[in-house]
Amino acid sequence: MTEQIEERYRVNKNLAQMLKGGVIMDVTTPEEAKIAEEAGAVAVMALERVPADIRKKGGVARMSDPKMIKEIVEAVSIPVMAKVRIGHFVEAQILEAIGIDYIDESEVLTPADEEFHIDKWAFKIPFVCGARNLGEALRRIGEGAAMIRTKGEAGTGNVVEAVRHLRTVNSQIKRLTNLGNEELMTEAKNLQAPYDLVKYVAEKGKLPVVNFAAGGIATPADAALMMQLGADGVFVGSGIFKSGNPEKRARAIVEATTHFDDPDILARVSEDLGEPMSGLDIREIPAEQKLAERGW
Amino acid sequence: MEKKVGVLALQGGVSEHIDLLKEIENVSPIPVKKAEQIPGLDALIIPGGESTTIGKLLKKYDMIDAIKELKHRNKPIWGTCAGLILLADKIENKDMIHLGLIEITVKRNAFGSQLDSFITKKIIPAVSPEPVELVFIRAPIITAVGEDVRILAKIEDKIVAAEKDNILVTSFHPELTDNPTFHQYFINKIIH
Repeated sequence: MTEQIEERYRVNKNLAQMLKGGVIMDVTTPEEAKIAEEAGAVAVMALERVPADIRKKGGVARMSDPKMIKEIVEAVSIPVMAKVRIGHFVEAQILEAIGIDYIDESEVLTPADEEFHIDKWAFKIPFVCGARNLGEALRRIGEGAAMIRTKGEAGTGNVVEAVRHLRTVNSQIKRLTNLGNEELMTEAKNLQAPYDLVKYVAEKGKLPVVNFAAGGIATPADAALMMQLGADGVFVGSGIFKSGNPEKRARAIVEATTHFDDPDILARVSEDLGEPMSGLDIREIPAEQKLAERGW
Repeated sequence: MEKKVGVLALQGGVSEHIDLLKEIENVSPIPVKKAEQIPGLDALIIPGGESTTIGKLLKKYDMIDAIKELKHRNKPIWGTCAGLILLADKIENKDMIHLGLIEITVKRNAFGSQLDSFITKKIIPAVSPEPVELVFIRAPIITAVGEDVRILAKIEDKIVAAEKDNILVTSFHPELTDNPTFHQYFINKIIH
């Protein structure tokens, strides 16, 4: 790695560190972006449709219109992220050209390549990628992701998959810290992850990048649950703008993410939020419609 | 006696400050989430993060007066990046301010988007004779300072660190390096 790429990667990881303890909200218009900023979001994810609507609409989901993304960049002072399809490096080149702050190579959109993810080292702009387990997280980091989010199951309003994925990553990290040096290469083989990253995690007991929780978070209690399970912060997609009172719910989720360990505050902010988004039972989703299965 | 150094823990790079403070003798770092924790502190650090987010939570949880009171008792307060914005008494293109504890005018995201974030090395004579690493992440700059505000560092012609009385502000992040020099400089303000 050249010194230049190393320094770029470091400041990209650093930006994710500055988002810790915060909520990143999906927004589809400049108005929603302003509501999110006003509620205390640390960043917004600009996209044409929230995952719940992508799920309903079907068809191919692609990168959003650059015009719409630029309008959102203009509307707020907090960082702006946007999604590209897995493997679609030209969509990523376009978003880098616009000058947004972070790219999400996301399973919520229809994958463009069923074999390869984007070579993220080829970009100056930072990437966040989804993962269901430690091996997947370390493969994405090996490709240059500067931030990880556990996938959960986007657009369901059901937190069960987010919990499963974060617990899986955590328990696999814990297991690594108990292994001897001689066991790490075999473990790298089992996890299908780069050896140097496996060694890092075994030594430090944590990922080398920030890890947020995503996919199905719909209430302040959901956000606090993910924080108590060890997430560095949360992404909320459909959960806010598909609910009865987005402003109030957005504020409540921000407060719950900061005060995740204070049940009195959680009780207060959970009161009277209006209708949450309607949820989906994961068991009723046919396997081919599960977004988390996309990517490898 | 151990000095209690609070790190405002509403959002942002909290653990990074705490980890570096642990390397300094006789300092006990404390994450601060509630107003009632503030009066007992010997010093307070306001970390990097999103200033709009932290500012809203400061207000919502009635922490503003407690921090102002800390300044009145001459306890050192240091803001890095977002913390600098929160301490400023003027923000360009904004009517509102947050704490207003030092007479500086701040320009947010002054270098541009994340693509313009960078790392550089510089000697800051007041802090150390050795060069220190300066990490700028979507950083603000200081565009004007009031009387008696001491400018500590500039990058080209842009002011990136300043202090007055016991208020210290840096638009870069010493907590994102493994060098506790800047933290030691801040801690020395308690003793003196």
